[in-house]
Amino acid sequence: MPMDAEILLNVNNVEVVYNRTIQVLRGLSLRVPKGEIVALLGSNGAGKSTTLKAVSNLLELEDGAVTAGHIEFDGTDLASLTPHGLVRRGLFHVMEGRRIFEDLTVEENLTAATFSLSGRGLPITPFDLVYSYFPRLYERRKGLAGYLSGGEQQMLAIGRALISKPKLILLDEPSLGLSPKLVEEIFTIIARINREQGVSMLLVEQNAAVAFSVASYGYIMEMGKVVIDGPVERLVKDQDVQEFYLGLGGGGAHKSYRDVKHYKRRKRWLS
Amino acid sequence: MDWLYVTEVALAGLGAGALYALTGVAFVLIYKATRVVNLAIGEILMLGGYVFFGLVAGAGLSIWAAIPLTILAGAALGAVVERALIRPMLGESPISVFMVTIGLGSILAGVVELGWGADPLRLPEFIPNTPIFLGEAYLAPKVAYGALVAALLIAGAVIALRFSRGGVALRATARDQGAAYSMGIDVGRVFSLSWMAACATAAGAGVIVGAIGGISPTMGIFGLSVLVVVIVGGLDSVAGALVGGLLIGLVEALAGSFLGGEYKLLATFSLLILILMVRPYGIFGTHEIERL
Ligand SMILES: Nc1ncnc2c1ncn2[C@@H]1O[C@H](COP(=O)(O)OP(=O)(O)OP(=O)(O)O)[C@@H](O)[C@H]1O
Ligand SMILES: [Mg+2]
Repeated sequence: MPMDAEILLNVNNVEVVYNRTIQVLRGLSLRVPKGEIVALLGSNGAGKSTTLKAVSNLLELEDGAVTAGHIEFDGTDLASLTPHGLVRRGLFHVMEGRRIFEDLTVEENLTAATFSLSGRGLPITPFDLVYSYFPRLYERRKGLAGYLSGGEQQMLAIGRALISKPKLILLDEPSLGLSPKLVEEIFTIIARINREQGVSMLLVEQNAAVAFSVASYGYIMEMGKVVIDGPVERLVKDQDVQEFYLGLGGGGAHKSYRDVKHYKRRKRWLS
Repeated sequence: MDWLYVTEVALAGLGAGALYALTGVAFVLIYKATRVVNLAIGEILMLGGYVFFGLVAGAGLSIWAAIPLTILAGAALGAVVERALIRPMLGESPISVFMVTIGLGSILAGVVELGWGADPLRLPEFIPNTPIFLGEAYLAPKVAYGALVAALLIAGAVIALRFSRGGVALRATARDQGAAYSMGIDVGRVFSLSWMAACATAAGAGVIVGAIGGISPTMGIFGLSVLVVVIVGGLDSVAGALVGGLLIGLVEALAGSFLGGEYKLLATFSLLILILMVRPYGIFGTHEIERL
């Protein structure tokens, strides 16, 4: 675990159960230090999105619950906070699949995000901040968000996070369904936002290579718990990681080698 | 055919339709925010009429004090109903919530009958009664003023929904609750405020409807026409409530005058079936309608 810097998010031995029967997280622990990008990787169904929903308190909406362990954000235990209360403390979750409001305009989507500032005594973030990172959104600001391209929708999803002046952004698969060129563009901006705004990020990805290009520390999870973790410099040299997550392996006959192909596959919710 | 007469019937129908539209907007507000089919909307409207009557005839308040108080009472009722009956049902099947609103409607009708008796009552006159002519066609002043107020309120609702920050919160919640939470929107508060706004609107509409036709504990059947209106227009569409309200008002008036009162319902329900065959989600409806 990263030890040096101040810890912003501390997930400790968390278990999550859906519908009171399906256990998905089995004692998962991770930490995000202030100001850093931490990557959380794993194959389909490992429980990455569930981890993020446990942190942002959105599990309840899907009849899921944290049954053991605890989660601390900025020194406060999260169990007692409402999802919107949490956002208003500076923890913003960019959900899987972007979840933009399609029948609202780009500007209205940003307006919706201004509710994250309620009760914090902060002035409303000028939308220009978002447009300075994503000039394309400015051109489309009066148009319905549903007509944006996939890449632009991802930009809008990140733009909404910026509006909330967050301390921590949870990013769930920002590369999903985007062309390699767009992925590169978006990750460049993610790195810039982290640097310039001092926002910490917990980044969930299937695309390990691109996640490692911006993250300083990485966790790899399988079946609801962390199996490998370490600073990115070390992970990229790790034999297993290279083979299974970076797709660099020498073609060994390892039984889960085909997992690598998952990263190329489009996700089920897209169809 | 006497075209002047047809015009007058049509105008009266559109006037009545404006009140259907207004109450329809109240219904749509609740459905949009909370996906609850509120079958008690007619009884809430009725209660508005009785509260107004009680404040004026019982408590001796002036009419211009009684109207805002009635609207406030509607808002308070909305807040209580949402908090006590609807919020605890979150996540239950739509049919259970639907039954709860039917129960609420019967309770309100019962309370009114216990308090004021079963006989129809007349509200004190407060709408100007100088005859109104549009060209040559006569329009009952009560209907005309009622329609005017309804039109203003609907315009206000449309503007608030489209341009206010609160309107954005409501539309965002209607579209995707989980995402609305993740924006920091207090979804519970959106629920509560939309119930309050809707019940306040319905109570206000009750004052107008009561001023035109009097009040009685069976006045809640107004809600049946409103249900047809919103099914025709689309449960989640304000524009649909507007068009549907005018359409149903017109059809009811024409059928009532030219075929006879007993054809009113037949005509509206035939129209309903016709429209649902062509557009299952109503004229402007977008979202999938829960099977009830
Ligand atoms: N609402 C739910 N109810 C029941 N089971 C669920 C629910 N959401 C997720 N699961 C199950 O929990 C497991 C983990 O799901 P999760 O979405 O967290 O995986 P993930 O790592 O994000 O996968 P992916 O890469 O496909 O997004 C899966 O087996 C999934 O079927
Ligand atoms: Mg996921």
